[in-house]
Amino acid sequence: MTEFLQQLINGLSLGAIYALIALGYTMVYGVLRFINFAHSDVFMVGAFAGYYISKRIPRESLGGGLLVLAGAMLICAILGIVIERLAYRPLRSRSKLNVLITAIGVSLLLENAGQFFFGANPKVFPALFPVKTFTFGNGLVMSSNQMAVFIVAIILLVSLQFIVRKTKIGTAMRAVSFNPTAASLVGINNDVVISFTFGLGSALAAAGGILYALNYPSIDPLMGILPGLKAFVAAVLGGIGNIPGAALGGLLLGIIETFVNGSRFSTYTDAIAFAILILILLFRPAGLLGKLQVEKV
Amino acid sequence: MKKWFSYFVPTLAVGLILSFTGCKKSAEETAADGNTIKVGEFASLTGKEAAFGNSSHKGTLLAIDEINAHGGVLGKKIALVYEDNQTKPGESATIVRKLISRDKVVAILGEVASGRSLEAAPICQQNQIPMISPSSTNPKVTEVGDYIFRVCFTDPFQGKLIANFAKQTLKATKVAVLTDVASPYSVGLATYFKEPFTANGGTIVADQKYSGGDKDFKAQLTAIKAANPDAIFVPGYYTEAALITQQARQLGMNPPFPLFGGDGWEAQELIQIGGKAMENTYYSTHYSSEAESPMVQDFVKKYKAKFNGEIPDAMAALGYDSAMVLADAIKRAGTTDGPKLRDAIATTKDYVGVTGKTTLDANRNATKAAVVITVKDGKFKYVETINP
Repeated sequence: MTEFLQQLINGLSLGAIYALIALGYTMVYGVLRFINFAHSDVFMVGAFAGYYISKRIPRESLGGGLLVLAGAMLICAILGIVIERLAYRPLRSRSKLNVLITAIGVSLLLENAGQFFFGANPKVFPALFPVKTFTFGNGLVMSSNQMAVFIVAIILLVSLQFIVRKTKIGTAMRAVSFNPTAASLVGINNDVVISFTFGLGSALAAAGGILYALNYPSIDPLMGILPGLKAFVAAVLGGIGNIPGAALGGLLLGIIETFVNGSRFSTYTDAIAFAILILILLFRPAGLLGKLQVEKV
Repeated sequence: MKKWFSYFVPTLAVGLILSFTGCKKSAEETAADGNTIKVGEFASLTGKEAAFGNSSHKGTLLAIDEINAHGGVLGKKIALVYEDNQTKPGESATIVRKLISRDKVVAILGEVASGRSLEAAPICQQNQIPMISPSSTNPKVTEVGDYIFRVCFTDPFQGKLIANFAKQTLKATKVAVLTDVASPYSVGLATYFKEPFTANGGTIVADQKYSGGDKDFKAQLTAIKAANPDAIFVPGYYTEAALITQQARQLGMNPPFPLFGGDGWEAQELIQIGGKAMENTYYSTHYSSEAESPMVQDFVKKYKAKFNGEIPDAMAALGYDSAMVLADAIKRAGTTDGPKLRDAIATTKDYVGVTGKTTLDANRNATKAAVVITVKDGKFKYVETINP
């Protein structure tokens, strides 16, 4: 039983990171109907931004840690907006495929630029927060970093839901998502809304990057590829375009992966995890929380 | 303007990518005249196992410098042409093919990781270019063919000595094994450990797997913890070994609970990434810079002088020895012709190097002593030497 609960904790803390990255994919898809493949590399830039900021800030203090988190989120928000402005906006009236290929190009550009500027060798990410390990009941262990992942993920998820549901800009986002032409007819500036979406999504990726680096303190310019891929799958699993769905998909993927990894079949983790996903999508093609939309031709 | 802009940005992006990937380091000296003998080296100079490649490469450089300072071989200087495989699978085959066909090297030195040596070996064999691996320990590497050599011990020996060490020094009877299924080295060493360990009455209480590049090992470690082992054996490379140890400590397997591994742990990065968690971990390797032999101390001094006071690890020592063995063979062969050079390397006998005497047997492997190292107060510490 202890082992089961421990695996559940491990799975949830891994899943919470997937969820944070998946939110960025899902938000951009919700508004623009395209997959921003560069998102996983913004996640990497977030971790590196944290690494460089932390060099100038007192280590292992709560305030310093939060400052690094905020700084990295700000840098990535700006990066996200710049990427959208330079690479995606000029292609907005073209077919979706053009933007998709450009996104892959931006992703490769960030990875290779990362190797060029940060160096291709893994770097050791510092402990930003004082690390403590808590033991509950009969041997159940949870580190303060794992807790930080939960807390930050929940805070960000709730504030994201608040922004999308209750604020003016959130209403505008939903309007653009529903019908961009109609939205601009009623006086919404689509460019501003889309920039905001990219900024917000990239800030979440940065938070994910820092939390990931805190738990697995070896960072390199290609670190985003695998978590990014899994987060993308998580977003599809939960129903792409749906915010709670992305969070649910991330957590589910983290838990499935952890339980397979802890079993005798750890060699086939990805195979089993993805087979389960295919099964779920066979029965719910739009994802767990997604709604099927009939596309009119 | 808008149209221009929309073409400009993707073009710029593609151009930048090409320029970044295009600027790989190539020959250090490109003097291709008749006065040099070109030797090729492939190493993981960047990427996940960059520490291996860099140490090995620096050792090789030091050896080549020394050989050239003493007049070179056959009246010619040796020019080292080296390429980086970025620790990426598939890359080694490409660059070794390039070294042979374009740079026309007479022999190849490399690699540390067995998986990457296995990629290059068939190409060297096919082209009749001798290849000396400084520190690939998996037996399969030299089984590729009669042109492939190594100057280090092999995993059957290493696995056995680790098994004995676990039993006798760590007093461990129940051991959990965590293997990297993506690495031939790790899979091989795990097998060669399990056989003698269970034959001597030990039990493997948990046998878990991961893939190189993974970052989260908590799931496997939680399952291992539930099996209640005396120690965990991690036959992998240093990046993962450090993360595994750290996560094992987080799950409550605190020091003095021992984790141990093989020569894949040998890198300063092990302590940098793992930090305090690495206390009371052990690994076996090829040499210790603390050894008192004058040969080792002389090597450490020269290496420190050349590379800003860095202390050479086993990979550096083997990189040095691999180049020295090759130079010695070229001298004895009197030619750089592939088959004749091969025969000369194959008859290497009692060559005294930094990592001990090198004698290549019929299977083109060396038999050498191993040392066990531990981490104490954030530093590597020599424990014992085990002779074959």
